[in-house]
Order: sequence, then C-alpha cells, then structure tokens
Amino acid sequence: MEKVIAGKTIHVNEEGFMTDFKEWDNTIGEALAAENELSLSPRHWEVLTYLQNEWKNEVPLSIRKIGKSGVVDIKEFYQLFPKAPLKTATKIAGIPKPASCI
Amino acid sequence: MKHLVILGAGTAGTMMANHLSHHLKRPEWRISIIDERTEHHYQPGYLFLPFDIYEPEDIIKSIDEFIPKTVDLIQASIDRVVPEENKVLMADGSVEVYDVLIVATGAKIAPEETEGMKGSEWHKSVFDFYTFEGALNLRNKLRDWKGGKLVVHITEMPIKCPVAPLEFAFLADSYFKNKHMRDKVEITYVTPLSGAFTKPKATATLEHLLEEKHINIEGDFAIEQVDNENKQIIDYGGRAIPFDILVTVPTNKGDAVIERSGMGDDLNYVPTHKATLQSKNHKNVFVLGDASNIPASKAGSVAHFEAEILTENILRYVKGEPLKEEFDGHANCFIETGGGKALLIDFNYTHEPVEGTFPFPGVGPLRLLKESRMNHMGKLAFRWVYWHMLLKGTHIPFVSPTMSTSGKKYDKAETV
Repeated sequence: MEKVIAGKTIHVNEEGFMTDFKEWDNTIGEALAAENELSLSPRHWEVLTYLQNEWKNEVPLSIRKIGKSGVVDIKEFYQLFPKAPLKTATKIAGIPKPASCI
Repeated sequence: MKHLVILGAGTAGTMMANHLSHHLKRPEWRISIIDERTEHHYQPGYLFLPFDIYEPEDIIKSIDEFIPKTVDLIQASIDRVVPEENKVLMADGSVEVYDVLIVATGAKIAPEETEGMKGSEWHKSVFDFYTFEGALNLRNKLRDWKGGKLVVHITEMPIKCPVAPLEFAFLADSYFKNKHMRDKVEITYVTPLSGAFTKPKATATLEHLLEEKHINIEGDFAIEQVDNENKQIIDYGGRAIPFDILVTVPTNKGDAVIERSGMGDDLNYVPTHKATLQSKNHKNVFVLGDASNIPASKAGSVAHFEAEILTENILRYVKGEPLKEEFDGHANCFIETGGGKALLIDFNYTHEPVEGTFPFPGVGPLRLLKESRMNHMGKLAFRWVYWHMLLKGTHIPFVSPTMSTSGKKYDKAETV
C-alpha cells in the first residue's frame, strides 16, 4: 500500500515496513522515527546505517548479532529504540522486518 | 574402499544410515555412524513427560536398535573434524578418514548463554523441557505444585520445534483443569517474537486459542537475565515478569564439536545450501537436521523430508553428477492444543501454514490449522510411526518430501 510521508510517496506493507528501500532517504527516516516518538541522534544514525549495510550484504539480523557487532550493545540498543528495538530500528531504516524467527 | 561417515545417530543421522545402507554397499563403500550416546530419545515425547502423559520408557530406546547391521556404529566421542583433510579426529586419538561426511550433530540447549538461568533455581523453580532431566524434574515439581504463576518462555530464535512451547502452555491449561486447580494457576506465554508464532495466519489462530484458554501473552521480550532471588525474568528494556515456576526454552546452539572444528556460525550451526543441503564451505560435507543453518524449522519432520532429498543428492555427488536443488523447507507439525485435540500445520520456505485438508486434497482426514480430535490421534500415532517407519527411512505414504499446495486455502501467490 502507498503512504505519504515527508512530502513523498512510499510503499509499505500491512505492518508499516517499507517494501522498496530505494524510496528511503534520511528525511523519510526522520519522519518514520517521529511516528515512533523518537528523534534521531548521531548514535541512532550509526546503528541505522549499520543495519542497512548488514541488510544489503544479506546478513540475517538478530538481537544477538547486533549485541556482538561492536557497533552497539544490546542495553544501548534498547535505550536508543525502546520496547522492540530490532523491529522499530528496521522500520525506521526502511528495510524489511528481520526474519530471524522460524 | 570408500568411506562415508555420519556424525550423530539422532533422528537425522539414523535416517540417513538407513537410507544409504540400501545404496552404498560393500565392497565399494563402508558407512560409519559416530555417536557417543547409547540411548535414542524420542524428543517430541519430552513435551508429554511433565504432564504424566508419557512415561520415560515410552521415549527411550537403544541407539543400536535402529542402525542397520551393515553400518558400523562407532560409540565414542569426537574431538573435532578437520574438513580440509577429510578427517574426523576421535577423542581417543584414533582417526576416521572420509570421502563423504554427513553432519547430523543436532542442536541443544545452552542455558549458560543467559545470565542467571542456570542459577540457584535451576531445576528447582526454573526448568527446561528440552532435555530428559529437565522434563522429568518438571514432572515431579508439577505433581504436587499448589498453584501460582506459571511462565512459559522462549529465550531467542531459532529453537528446535518452535511450536513446542505453545503446546506446553496449552497442555498446562488442560492439565490444571483436569486437576481442578486451573483457577489457582496464572499462565503467561513470553516470547521474543511480536506474536504467538512466526507466520501471520498461524499466529492469528494460535493467539485466538491462547485467549480462549486464558493464557496471557507477552511479546517482544528479549531476556537479559533470570533474577533467582526475586523469581522474575527481566528483559533488556527493564520489563520484569514474576514467576513461581519458569518453564524456559533456553538459547539453542549447534553441538560443541562444530565450534571446535571451526565449521559453524555464531550459534554453531553449519552454513548450508538450503536447496541441496551441501555445506557451503566443503563440497564433500552435507548437513541435515538441526545442525544446519538453513531457514527451515528445526524439527523431525524437516529432517525426514531432507533425508529423502539428501539421499538422492549424495548418490548424485558420488557419481559426479550435479546436485538437485530440490529441498523447499517443507515442515509438517502437529500442535497439541489440550483437551484431546490438536492442530496440524504444513508449510515451507515460501508458503505459510493455512487452512485446508491433509494429506488428501479436499478429503483429509486431517484438518490443517483447525483443532480436531483426529489431529490429536495423529500426533499420538506419530510416536509409532517415528520408531517403526521414520527412523528406518521408510517413505510415509501420501506425504511427499516437497510441499503440496493442493487442498489448501491460499489467498494469493504467497511470499513470506
């Protein structure tokens, strides 16, 4: 389905995850963050960029891997993106919800 | 004489020994299977042990009973594999040199991965039911428990048999009802997932069942520690859930021998091609069952379907023919829902579980994603099928290794 955000049209699935990463840019990231009641600090951006790179390299994302990444530990990941950090962070980053779950 | 070595005589390894013994024969081939254990456990039975539905003797038999006489069973421990040299180094210093290696070393629980899990309350008020000891200790605890907060918990995915903790919650509801003490027990289901299961349609059905049985669900819970003193589990966000009995599924990991051999990922699972089951790093190494990192469920039914396809691929490999990219992630699982009923789900890499009939389209007799008594009978009958057909590699009639889409209610072309 289509959604208008930050003056642009993007495509999202039923859960609000973007379905085409090419449509994503920093202003959309900021607007998606605002929808989740977050304002993005440089630390947030470091984590988001890391997640996007891992996804581009087809590395499956999981809380465990992020905790061992050296980019952020799990405690801080929760502080940056409270409640369900992996879900919230991937949504803001414009990448699919991780399928670390079978 | 060429040598094919299978590591692990559990469900997957035993099935491969049986399949291959019909094809790779002396004097050209010798087949060995290595496992230090002497008992073969019917792991699905662990679910029934805590509720006094099965007795220990229902789920334990001797390993050698299921290994064909033409296969050498080596009951000794493995130090490590050196895949670059095609060698298995045994703990006693002996060496097995192989032409083809099948890794079927499975997965096991690793409670030590979570702070406090294996602490002072371990097997006192904190239990697993993925080991025989855990399930038995839990049975003894439940037998004279007076009630309180029962928390059923998954640490992180992936785990063996991802539906087992849900089944545990459903069976607990039934068990306490039968003991006329359901009103004294509060059951909470805690999961790192956002909902009850990983696929949307099955999640909707299962969450409805949880609600119907008054089981609370707490999602998105990534555990940081078990607080033994205050009897609660705490997640990284600081959320705390109190318990009187915690039934947890700890982190699952591949066998330590995979780590010692440097063949695994961060959870000791062997990187494996998901359609051929060939190891990604070594052409003469194949992986099946829970030991691989393929994105399929870690379940006996998956190992069974894999074994049929892997047998063909190993025969192709030894003849120098290209491998078939045939495995589709097919899984078929009964889900006990309590009160003598069960659900059945059938799915693969690309198709989520939906409603329908199984195995005959439009006929059944089993119903997919719907509770029925027939499905429950199917689950109980499965123990017989396991010991008498599955382990021996006998093809289960009418059930193909790749999934069939007939008789199922898909909305549209599915991609999950």
